[in-house]
Formats: sequence, C-alpha cells, structure tokens
Amino acid sequence: MAGATSLSLSVQPSPVRRATAESPVAKVILIAITLGFFALFLLLPLAVVFQQAFSKGADIFLKTLHDHYTLDAIWLTLLVAAIAVPLNTVFGLAAAWSLTRFRFPGRSLLITLIDLPLWVSPVIGGLIYVLVFGAQGWVGPWLMERDIRIIFAVPGIVLATVFVTSPFVARGLIPLMQAQGVSEEEAALTLGANGWQIFWRVTVPKIKWGLLYGVILCNARAMGEFGAVSVVSGHIRGKTNTMPLHIEILYNEYQFAGAFTVASLLALLALVTLILKTYAEWRAAQNLRNH
Amino acid sequence: MRFLGKATRRHALPGFGLTLGYTTVYFCLIVLIPFSALFLKTTSGGWEHFWQTVTAPRVVASYGVSFGISFLAAVVNGVFGFMAAWVLVRYRFPGRRILDAMVDLPFALPTAVAGIALTALYAPNDWIGELLKPYGIKVAFTQLGIFVALTFIGLPFVVRTLQPVIQNLSEDIEEAAACLGANRWNTFWRVIFPALTPALLTGITLAYGRAVGEYGSVVFIAGNLPFKTEITPLLIITKLEQYDYSGAAALGFVMLVVSFFVLLVSNGLQAWDNKRKGLG
Repeated sequence: MAGATSLSLSVQPSPVRRATAESPVAKVILIAITLGFFALFLLLPLAVVFQQAFSKGADIFLKTLHDHYTLDAIWLTLLVAAIAVPLNTVFGLAAAWSLTRFRFPGRSLLITLIDLPLWVSPVIGGLIYVLVFGAQGWVGPWLMERDIRIIFAVPGIVLATVFVTSPFVARGLIPLMQAQGVSEEEAALTLGANGWQIFWRVTVPKIKWGLLYGVILCNARAMGEFGAVSVVSGHIRGKTNTMPLHIEILYNEYQFAGAFTVASLLALLALVTLILKTYAEWRAAQNLRNH
Repeated sequence: MRFLGKATRRHALPGFGLTLGYTTVYFCLIVLIPFSALFLKTTSGGWEHFWQTVTAPRVVASYGVSFGISFLAAVVNGVFGFMAAWVLVRYRFPGRRILDAMVDLPFALPTAVAGIALTALYAPNDWIGELLKPYGIKVAFTQLGIFVALTFIGLPFVVRTLQPVIQNLSEDIEEAAACLGANRWNTFWRVIFPALTPALLTGITLAYGRAVGEYGSVVFIAGNLPFKTEITPLLIITKLEQYDYSGAAALGFVMLVVSFFVLLVSNGLQAWDNKRKGLG
C-alpha cells in the first residue's frame, strides 16, 4: 500500500506541522494516488464515451440521433421514467411518513426490507416478473388467453423499472425525516391544522431538498436500468427497446459510434444527475443545520 | 383505525393507517409477491433438479468468477476507497469538491454505458489496452476485465460509508496520542485505523454485495466464455432464454441467499460499530 509507506516518511516532523496531520510529502502522495485512481476509473470511462461518440464524425452522431429506432428508444425510456418515478415518489413519501412519524412492531424490519431491491441483482428483478407473468409463470397462461402482454412488452419494462427504483426516494427521506423530528408537525397539529395542511405546509418545505435528491437518483436509475429491463424486454426494436438496450443492440452489431452516441446522451444525464444531486445534498444539509 | 391509539401514544399525527397501508400494499405488490414466485418456482422442480442445477460444473465455475472476482474488487476498493475518503475529508486542495461529486459517477452512469466505455478503454487496440499490450497484459474479455468493471461499480460504497465516519472522528484522541509521544504512523495504525475498521468493513461488504449481482457493466467487457468469464447473473438470463424457468429460479435463489448473507454481515458490522461507540 503506497499510502502506508508514504506515511512512514513522516517520522521526522517538520516544525510548522500540527501533530494531528500527515507530513506534506505524505499528503501530496495520498492526493496524487487518489487523483490517479479517479482519473483511471472515473474520468477516462466518461471521456471515452464522448470521444467514441464523435469518432466517426458529427454526421454519424446526428444520423444515429435521427434514426427512428433511436427516437423510439428515447421515447420509451422517457415514458418508463415518467411512470416509475412518480409512483415511487408517492411510495417513498408514504413509507417515510409512516416509518419516521410512528413507532410500531415490525418497523425496523420494514426499513430493511424496503432496501431489498438494491441488494439483489437487477437480473433477479427481471426474473421474478417473468416467473409471475411469463408464459410458464403464475398468471402467464391466464393472460395469454386474454391476449394481454406484460413480459416482452412495455408493462413488463415498467414493472421491472418500478421494482429496481422503488427504494430511492424512501431511502433519501427516512434518515432526513428521522433527524428532523416531529416537533413542528405537532405544533401545527395543536394549532388546528389537518393532515394535508401539515404535510404540504410544514413537512414538504422541510424535506424538499431531500425529496429532490431521492427523485433525481430514482430518475437516473429508471432511465439507465439495464439488467432488469433486459430480462423482461425481449429486445423488440422500436417497441420494447429502451436507450440502454438500444446501446447493447448497436454495440453487438458493431455500430460502435452509434452505440456511443446513445451512450453519450445517458452520460450527459449522469453528469446532470451528479450536479443536481450534489446541489440538493448541500441544500438538504444546510436545511438540517438551520433547523 | 382503532388500533392506532396504541401505536401513536407519543403524539397523534394523522395519516398512520393511510401511509402504512399504502406502503405495505405497494411493497407487497411490487416486491414480496413476485419474490414468492421465485421461491415457489425454485421448489416446484423438486430438490433433485434444484441440486443438479446449482451444482452443474458450468454453474459452479460461474460462482467462482462472480463471487471470487467480486471479493478481489471489493478489497481493492477498500484500499483505494479508504485513501480517497481520507483525502476528501481531511485535505483541502483545488478541485476537491469536483472530485467529491465524481465519486458517485458509478451510481449515476447507466451500467450499459459503463460497460461499453470500459471495454473501449481496455480492448487490445484501444486507449489503455494498447499501453498494456506490449507487456502481454490483456484486460478486456478476460477475468481482469471483470475485475476492472466490478472495481468501478463498487468504488462509491467504500468512500461514502467512510466519509461521515472520518468526519466525525474526534481529533482529541489523535492529539492525545501525539502528546503521549506517538508518531503519525503509530497514531494512524493504533488509534485512527481501529476506529474506522467497522465502517471500512461495512463499505467493503456493500461493494461486494453490489458487485456480486452486477450485470450491465460486466457483460460487455467479460467476453462471457463458459468456465472462464461467465458470471452467474448471465447464466440466469441464458436459462430464461432457453425457457428453463425453474433452472433460472434456482440460480436466482442461490444469488438471493448470498445477497441475504451479505446483508446480514453488513447489519452485524453496523451493530458492532454502534456497540463499540456505546462503550467508548
């Protein structure tokens, strides 16, 4: 471990250095290693996406974007996120309200269970829906008789995405609402406010940055989910192809520039997500401090 | 709603029945009921079939790849994540905030994008692949490639678990150690490191849990050769494509047991940490 050996250089302390800090040499080495690691593992993969997207010129980039299969994939991705994110936002709010405002038996079990979709492989997230709705699944035959398609169709993609993204809003809100406590809500109650008034006028202003944080992460995952969606989609171009799946198809057809063009859109989304997330996190922390 | 009287003894905020009811129903529909399908399908083929599926040589080889390489990646993340967390909390240098925000990139970047980007970096004739070629090191389409992808995906877990703990580390004990004549090296290994061990192990466990189930970023760089670079989640998909539902469910069940075990370890570590803090 290079950091460890560098620390041993600090045996002879320089006079200006505080006793609880590493020597400047150790500091520089540690920062350099961190920068190197980040450049190799975070910056380069990001850079290569944009470099490859434009490697065959702007023409191919624009042509891919105008391709109707690409447009269909973008449209489906937006549609899936537009369904999954609001559903999971309401779920997250309800879960956070019931789990942080009340004590009841099984509460900590429920807090743990809510995280379950983050713990299991995304492939399992798709698999369980195939086992319920697939041709040999629980209700598969019943659905087939009525010609209702869930697996290898849009509803399956939505369900798998809802599953994978369900914990994000709740996870963002539960620690925040726990830390904020309930004294303001109780004060509002004593002053005669009803439940909705308390929620909209007291709680929502308090938690809005934490809520935004959760929604942003939920959205990023909803638009970028690959494993779970890949299992249930059936990869029908123009019909059940989301952006990440479209990337896979283009890539496997050796249309690398096209694949990276679609990838660059998602990479941009990731960058915007990081910026918004950092801002929301900062504001949430500020709110909590002022509280 | 009559039972609420007991649950809400401390105060009487409204909405308990509504929100808990909604949470429970939604959670059952989206998560628990589909999961029970997995359990039922696993058992429906019979014990014999289950055992044959999960111990088939090709499947066992995939456990080695998935569980083994995930472990190595998690440990490497432990080393570099520790350094990164320390640097980000303790040192002030230009660009620190940007670096801090970048830590979450593997969360925000869709796994398929990460997968093709890493493949493009490490393929034999591309950026890093080209540099390594003269030394005979192949990354893409080998186990080393899987390791790179899993390291990428696990990085935020160690850093984000350690950061708040380092932040809350009281400098008093470091000062005390320095006053008692310990040099920085001794203070680090005898005072700081033991205090951070539970959080470090928790971070490594979380990174491991994520890596074991990872699919998107691995399939592109892995090459997916049976017995060599085939991960267990990919085998689940292969079985589904062959309409072997109970086989896929059996492998899913094994992965679920591993995830559950990882969850137990991480909760245990957190309990250990809380207990130690309580004593300290």
